[in-house]
Amino acid sequence: MNVFAGSLDRPNSYIGRSVTRPNAKRLLEGKGRYVTDLILPRMLHAAFVRSPYAHGKIVAVNTEEARALSGVRAVFSGEDLSAICTPWIGTLDHFRNMKSPPQVPLALGKVTWSGQPVVLVVAESRAIAEDAAELVELEIEELPALADPVEAMSAEAISQGLDSNICFATKLDSGGVDEAFEAADLTVEQNFIFGRHTAVTLEPRAIVADYDPSENRLTAHHATQTPYQFQDVYSRHFGIPEANVRVVAPDVGGSFGMKLHVYHEEMAVVGASILLGRPVKYLADRMESFVSDIHARDHRVTARLAVGKDGRISGMDVDDITAIGPFSSYPRTSAVEGNQVVRLMGAPYDFSSYRANLSVVFQNKVQTSQYRAVGHPIACAVTECLVDAAARELSLDPFEMRARNLIPDNSYPRKSPTGYQFEKLSHEVCLARLRAIMNYDDLRREQAELRGKGILRGVGIALFVEITNPSPAFYGVGGARISAQDGAIVKLTPSGEVHCSISVTEQGQGTETIIGQIVADQLGVDRAKVRVMTGDTDTTPHGGATWACRGAGIGGETALQAARKLRNNLLFIAGLILQAKPGELDIREDWIVEAATGQQRISLPEVARIAFFRSDTLPPGTQAQLSVVHHYAPQGYPFAFTNGAQGCLVEVDAETGFVKILKHWVVEDCGRIINPLLVDEQIRGGVVQGLGAAFFEECLYNPEGQLTNGSLADYLVPMACEMPDIEIAHVETPTQDTELGAKGVGEAGTAAASAAAMNAVNDALAGQGAVLTQIPMTPTRILRALGSI
Amino acid sequence: MNSRIAIALTINGEIVEALVAPRTTLTDFLRQDMQLTGTHTGCEMGVCGACLVLIDDRPVHACLMFAVQADGCVVETIEGLTSRKAIADLQKAFHERNALQCGFCTPGMLMSAYGLLSSGDVPSREEIRDTLSGNYCRCTGYEAIVDAIERTARDRQNTETREEA
Amino acid sequence: MKARAFDYVRPHSVEEALQAFANADGDAAYIAGGQSLVPALALRLQAPALLIDIARLEELHGLSVIGDHLRIGAATRHFEILNSGLVRTHAPLLSKAASFVAHPAIRNRGTFGGSLALADPASEFPAMSLALGAEIEIASLAGNRSVAAADFFLGLYETALQPGEMIRAVHVPAATARTYCAFDELARRRGDYALVGSGINAEIDNGRIERIRIVFLAVGSTPVQAKNVENLLIGNCLTPELIRKAQETLEADLDPPGDEQTPAEMRMHLARVLLGRLLGRLEATP
Repeated sequence: MNVFAGSLDRPNSYIGRSVTRPNAKRLLEGKGRYVTDLILPRMLHAAFVRSPYAHGKIVAVNTEEARALSGVRAVFSGEDLSAICTPWIGTLDHFRNMKSPPQVPLALGKVTWSGQPVVLVVAESRAIAEDAAELVELEIEELPALADPVEAMSAEAISQGLDSNICFATKLDSGGVDEAFEAADLTVEQNFIFGRHTAVTLEPRAIVADYDPSENRLTAHHATQTPYQFQDVYSRHFGIPEANVRVVAPDVGGSFGMKLHVYHEEMAVVGASILLGRPVKYLADRMESFVSDIHARDHRVTARLAVGKDGRISGMDVDDITAIGPFSSYPRTSAVEGNQVVRLMGAPYDFSSYRANLSVVFQNKVQTSQYRAVGHPIACAVTECLVDAAARELSLDPFEMRARNLIPDNSYPRKSPTGYQFEKLSHEVCLARLRAIMNYDDLRREQAELRGKGILRGVGIALFVEITNPSPAFYGVGGARISAQDGAIVKLTPSGEVHCSISVTEQGQGTETIIGQIVADQLGVDRAKVRVMTGDTDTTPHGGATWACRGAGIGGETALQAARKLRNNLLFIAGLILQAKPGELDIREDWIVEAATGQQRISLPEVARIAFFRSDTLPPGTQAQLSVVHHYAPQGYPFAFTNGAQGCLVEVDAETGFVKILKHWVVEDCGRIINPLLVDEQIRGGVVQGLGAAFFEECLYNPEGQLTNGSLADYLVPMACEMPDIEIAHVETPTQDTELGAKGVGEAGTAAASAAAMNAVNDALAGQGAVLTQIPMTPTRILRALGSI
Repeated sequence: MNSRIAIALTINGEIVEALVAPRTTLTDFLRQDMQLTGTHTGCEMGVCGACLVLIDDRPVHACLMFAVQADGCVVETIEGLTSRKAIADLQKAFHERNALQCGFCTPGMLMSAYGLLSSGDVPSREEIRDTLSGNYCRCTGYEAIVDAIERTARDRQNTETREEA
Repeated sequence: MKARAFDYVRPHSVEEALQAFANADGDAAYIAGGQSLVPALALRLQAPALLIDIARLEELHGLSVIGDHLRIGAATRHFEILNSGLVRTHAPLLSKAASFVAHPAIRNRGTFGGSLALADPASEFPAMSLALGAEIEIASLAGNRSVAAADFFLGLYETALQPGEMIRAVHVPAATARTYCAFDELARRRGDYALVGSGINAEIDNGRIERIRIVFLAVGSTPVQAKNVENLLIGNCLTPELIRKAQETLEADLDPPGDEQTPAEMRMHLARVLLGRLLGRLEATP
């Protein structure tokens, strides 16, 4: 239950205020401290020899010449590292009958994707390591590669010990689906293809593993979102006591989900450091990133919607085949995206008959796993594209079609057709806001005028529902050692300032800033006096860290409760000093004041001085507790769902198939907003990732399983010239599960941007007999749809 | 081993003499030998713009040059521009507009912006976007960066106008 | 992505550079801007034993008008082409094309001669040198020689340059009051290599086309001149009907390559569209 006041008028009220990020200043001056920058004494550098084939049998590996090269300190193969590292398997218990083969750091016996690391060279410099890598002779007998998921479903299993290439399959059926379609006035059905994407963080993956045999102590400076998860992984798989493993994530140059999975290279480098007793640095170069970072999406969906003459949706039937890698990733698996796709379908709408089939299929490509907005863009695009198709058939305006079907704002709490529990969403008000900020009617008028001049403009909208603040229902129940709780230590320093260390982490989204805002707000101190630190397992309590939009909702609530605890302790001590009742005191602007009058009584520095240095003046038996530790785990709803609506305006050049994105709009409801400036930029960045997917990004493979566009020159990321300005509006429906009331926002932009874009392009092409149901919507695909080529 | 070559150049106003292997890129030289880690590497092939530095006052990719080629040149990195306060207004505008998240692209963005604004004109948003066409940012979606550069250009012109008046 | 080890020299004259190459048993490469060479080295696609840095050779610099042509020193940087008033007046087609060359930071370093020597069929300057009927001045130990752009681009990254030879300068016939030109390209993102690009340089007298060169980039292993289209147009005035015919004729000139992403048919289609648009907006010399 929120009891939070939220007034921006009181002193030190920071929750809800746009404030700048204190930790951004060093980044602006080039003083960031990324793992990439780190140089340690005696440090060596790693390079990998990778499989040139997508599938093959390792016949021989000759490393003799590489070892002999001057400056090379060690060359390791699969056997060397498997001897000190136990295998890992990427399954979760609550995904019934899920299977995946065991994984090891470097290939043993077989290679199963092109780019798989086979040999690790460690040398005095990266350049020498690469020189030596060229001298390693790999003899691999090439085997037929499975690069097509449909073919892979019935082909012989890639992995020995498995009986097929089906990693995971599930069916959802609420009942009544066949009846709904029989009774429907209209059935719309489409086949969708969602290209394979990858995260392309600007700082590639980076690790410096530093094992000290004298203490059996591993320190991993690791560019990751989830230090605790890796502390656990390194401890268990290398047999080092957990307390002896320290994972430090300093400034991280982008992550978006990509840097929280276990990668073979990182495991190999940790192993190398253990074997050598020296720090070893590995920095994926961009070419390596493309063939070793997780990929995402890659779904083929057939879906149909049962609709009445009145535009009311009565049923939905979905089949999703998603192609992952040769195994499921660890420890979060490669099945979560598919699972979220089939569970988020139709989420904004009021109907009950739903059925879905999901097949998660192994193939000979690099692993896939969670990347920003896991599953959401697919579920959203399929749903919203079908809704638009139905609206076109029925000559209903897209806004009207949605208004007739969305779950009314006054009908919560309720369940989605797929079984998700919604606490409170705001589709009606979001849709109305979207229409207003788009000036929708003007856009339609302008569109009609321009059409007369042969200019094809399109307007598309999409509603979405986003999963945030996950409880242990996400991973914990499946047996993964991934925490759903967070922990914070908040302490008063002897000078009366505040230090907070917390388990949620920062990759630039502003985690430290909002935690500082919450702590300062709750304590009643100037924000400049609060120092927040994150990203070090030795100095912050154990927690889940940052993923699935949990930083603000769960981390923020942790900080709020911790700060209140410290506040109570401070008021207690101040009460003793002032001989006043703590309940009659308050803290404002770094002073203990009389709550009723605001009169200043004693400053926090003075309280701290007395408590730390003159405890003899406190009443006997008093022990001042000026550091508090607090943990918080979400209870109540398993997830805090958010919602919103997006709009997109495009112009299609029907002669060339090129699309100009003119403008994009987002209305978003993430509950309590802590910092509007940061929230807006999360949304903008997310939208552009979604637009990148819609128009540019795709990992292209040939039939031999080779990635054919694996460089930053060939894989088209969204750049400044092609991206539009994005207008944002907010609706605030705080969750009642926490006092803070915040939900997540990091994935909202990505969730619906490609859906809105797809609807906009199809709106532009309406009347030309062309419909696109594949992303990215490239000029070639657009001209093909138009029949021009 | 190929022999190292002696170079002398000016980096951030300081004369530096060094022996470098010919294959060492300017990026690696700045980052590792000079410990100027504000210059980043994102692709090592001149596509992402994270490694932009000024050579003789023009933004260029440090990853597309070998350090030996910079012999005799005047090189400036983000650290140098910061300490001589050449872009303090840009940095402030970026900070206030939150025109950065992870910060990895930021030094390169600031180099491109420095190059663009050196003419003294107020560029259009399209011109700003065009100047940033080789600077990749995965976090922001670019709009905030465009806003910050636009605001700085306007502020500079207003300051100039006031000074003239 | 670190280059293999190599040696490096920075000679003081073209002569010295040519000699350094000759002494290297053919295992050397010239580097000027290096904007294409350095990535190739980093990816270890190329690994010469010696790099010969010619970027600072005075003899290779400078833009000047000599008689009826514009002389462009080989080491002239792309941004100098883009910003040059001389180029704008005497070779407006190059000015137009220059803003499409990559990104600002690449243009600050890349050189005109380097672009021609690399002969990437998707690059703007090789194709426009052909469209302008440029002469390429080549230095070698045997002495200077000159090759017409039409005889220079022989194949994919293959030119008339013999091992050890280098481009000294490029001579472009200067535009006249009757010169009209246009350039455009279709690239997925600003600064990317184009799917198709084209430049047209024409002499038009009272609306009648007297001479015209139409060159396409990214449609083959070299820049491709649309000779059949040119022949169709010469002696005629541009009309919508004629432009349509020109678009139909283009098929006879181009045989573009294709792949999964951009099939040949797509490139052909885009080339036709581009041709129609460019013919419709030929501009006089400023």
